[in-house]
Amino acid sequence: MSSSENVPLYAKHEPVFPRKVKGKFRSLKWGIMIVTLGIYYLTPWIRWDRGAELPDQAVLIDLANRRFFFFWIEIWPHEFYFIAGLLIMAGLGLFLFTSAMGRVWCGYACPQTVWTDLFIATERWIEGDRNARVRLWNAKWDARKLRLRATKYAVWVLIGLATGGAWVFYFTDAPTLLVDLFTGTAHPVAYTTMAILTATTVFFGGIAREQVCIYACPWPRIQAAMMDEDTITIGYRDWRGEPRKHSEPVKAGEPMGDCIDCMACVNVCPMGIDIRDGQQMECITCGLCIDACDDVMSKINKPRGLIDYLSLDDLPAEAAGEPTKPIWKHILRPRTLIYTALWSLVGVALLVALFIRTDIEMSVAAVRNPTFVTLSDGTIRNVYEVRLRNKHGEARPFELSLKSDAELALTVQGLETGDTTVMAPADDTHFVRVFVSAPAGSAAATADRTPLRFWVEDTINQERAHQDTHFNGTGGF
Amino acid sequence: MSNDTKHNDADVGTTGHEWDGIEELNNPMPRWWVWCFYLTIIWGIGYAIAYPAWPLINGATKGLLGYSTRAEVARDIARVDAANADLVDRLTTVDLTTIRDDAELHGFAVNAGASIFAANCSQCHGRGAAGVQAGGYPNLLDDAWLWGGEIEDIAFTVTHGIRNEQSPDSRYSQMPAFGKDGLLMDDEIESLAHFVLSLSGRDHDADLASEGAPLFMDNCAACHGDAGEGMIEIGAPNLSDAIWLYGGSFDDITTSIHNARFGVMPAWAEEFRAAGGLTPAEVNAVAAYVHQLGSTQ
Repeated sequence: MSSSENVPLYAKHEPVFPRKVKGKFRSLKWGIMIVTLGIYYLTPWIRWDRGAELPDQAVLIDLANRRFFFFWIEIWPHEFYFIAGLLIMAGLGLFLFTSAMGRVWCGYACPQTVWTDLFIATERWIEGDRNARVRLWNAKWDARKLRLRATKYAVWVLIGLATGGAWVFYFTDAPTLLVDLFTGTAHPVAYTTMAILTATTVFFGGIAREQVCIYACPWPRIQAAMMDEDTITIGYRDWRGEPRKHSEPVKAGEPMGDCIDCMACVNVCPMGIDIRDGQQMECITCGLCIDACDDVMSKINKPRGLIDYLSLDDLPAEAAGEPTKPIWKHILRPRTLIYTALWSLVGVALLVALFIRTDIEMSVAAVRNPTFVTLSDGTIRNVYEVRLRNKHGEARPFELSLKSDAELALTVQGLETGDTTVMAPADDTHFVRVFVSAPAGSAAATADRTPLRFWVEDTINQERAHQDTHFNGTGGF
Repeated sequence: MSNDTKHNDADVGTTGHEWDGIEELNNPMPRWWVWCFYLTIIWGIGYAIAYPAWPLINGATKGLLGYSTRAEVARDIARVDAANADLVDRLTTVDLTTIRDDAELHGFAVNAGASIFAANCSQCHGRGAAGVQAGGYPNLLDDAWLWGGEIEDIAFTVTHGIRNEQSPDSRYSQMPAFGKDGLLMDDEIESLAHFVLSLSGRDHDADLASEGAPLFMDNCAACHGDAGEGMIEIGAPNLSDAIWLYGGSFDDITTSIHNARFGVMPAWAEEFRAAGGLTPAEVNAVAAYVHQLGSTQ
């Protein structure tokens, strides 16, 4: 049956006024909020000494010079696979946590959740708890409402500014930029970025809130494929709660559940849903309804856990009073083990790559146009374009050499014969043109291809890198 | 047990789509979503008025803001030119023999010279500057230079060219066509060719070569030198080395003696060209580029 004629084009937004709640999951959320926001706001201010020519900011994304600094690690553009690897790990980690414990990312760690939580806490601090906020919402506009709303938005904008501000500090030297921002001499891009991020932070955290999760985020749609009946998620033990007690007197002999329909779980929900309706796409599994319900259960002397983290698989057994599967059996199953294995595999590969990389690197490209040049005395010469990467914070003398069974001589363009040491500038790629010569009539000169290996050595710390290539003789012609 | 109307079929109905019993509810959009949709339409109209948008037969509407990507590119180029103005000034007045001492200027010159070479020189000398033997276009990578391989020699050749009429200072020399013009007989040219082959130690007939030796002294040594070592001042090639502009076989050498072969090169400096000439800075840049390709002089 289609009834589109009767349906309005849009639905009015139903505002959500989450009530304050105390409990272990709320405390956990406070803790995670302090840690995650602390990391985000404070990281750009950590200093890390890298020598005179490199920035001393511990975490810095230097777009202008194409460098990413992370404490003792410096990532160059050609090492972007580290970032790609971390993103793959983040993806696999998300799969792992979702299949094991449902939407814990959504409920505790997602920036949208954390900032919304912060904005709701601010709102509650200024306008009061749920009932006061509902009253204020319905109240006519007067001086008090205007004052409270203005205060709230002012604080929100300040949080937004700090958020956008922290973001731009990751991209340039934070103390310098802070002074520049206040004296009005910072780059327009910094101001624009901060303005946009301030606006989006206030909009997403203060105004849009649960709408982002319900309508904009793809994760609620994907999670269904990640979860199964073993996944630990938030559920309502309806076998225990139903039938609910209502305010009217209960007739003798009528069965009674533990749920007293106090709506505490609904009133604290930041998503504005009723968990007792079962699994819903809107639920971010933040655990606040558990805290609210446990509080009520302790007041009416019933055991906690009417709403709880549970596996849907256990509910029939629980209802029948049979023993349920231990929690580790829910979590340890092929699916989570495979995700863990894949996650570890990528992680170990990245660690190995991190430990075997050197501060000196070389890439050699043989010039193929032409493949060789004949000199006036018959010497056959090949040209190689060599790029030397010096990842140190100061210029270093790099000595080039070659190893080959054939009689080959190396000269560096611009240097005297016999001198093969070039100064590689600090934290840069240095380009040199290198000539390799074989005497007239020698084996390498008359052969088609002769293998050779270029070596480069940092003469200060003896770190070495090499690359294999070929010498082209006249044999191919 | 639910009092949540959002999922209640009776309230919103379905769209009429049904797959294996699964029906699509006709839930309304959130209000902000609908307004965002309308805003994008309004934005689209404004954008089409302000910026180039509607394709017409000759181009497209210009847009009220007068924006064009071409003008943006021109601005970018002007900005880079302004940033390089100092380097270009230094490159114009630099003493080429000392350009290597200024690493920044030399790097700029070599990179600029590479694009100038690709645009103006590679048609004859090849993209890799290896020349084309079939056409007699010299290889610029080796250590043999007809007119000198010092960086100022290269700059002079680029400026004035070779055997052209645009520049009065153009490099000029002319070898007689010994066979075509009847200066030498065919058998004399044959023995002369064998002698020339012997100068660089190539396979030759020793008897014929010894017959050719006096012919060489009479006809060739004035320019090419007694030992065939050539003379850079007049662009006479070295005949005793391993490098042959037109090929080093008996037939190649015979043809060269018979017909005389030489190439020409334009004078690239802007004062000698109606259009497309190189500024002094560009001449110096391309000279620096060519010089670092492999000249050992």
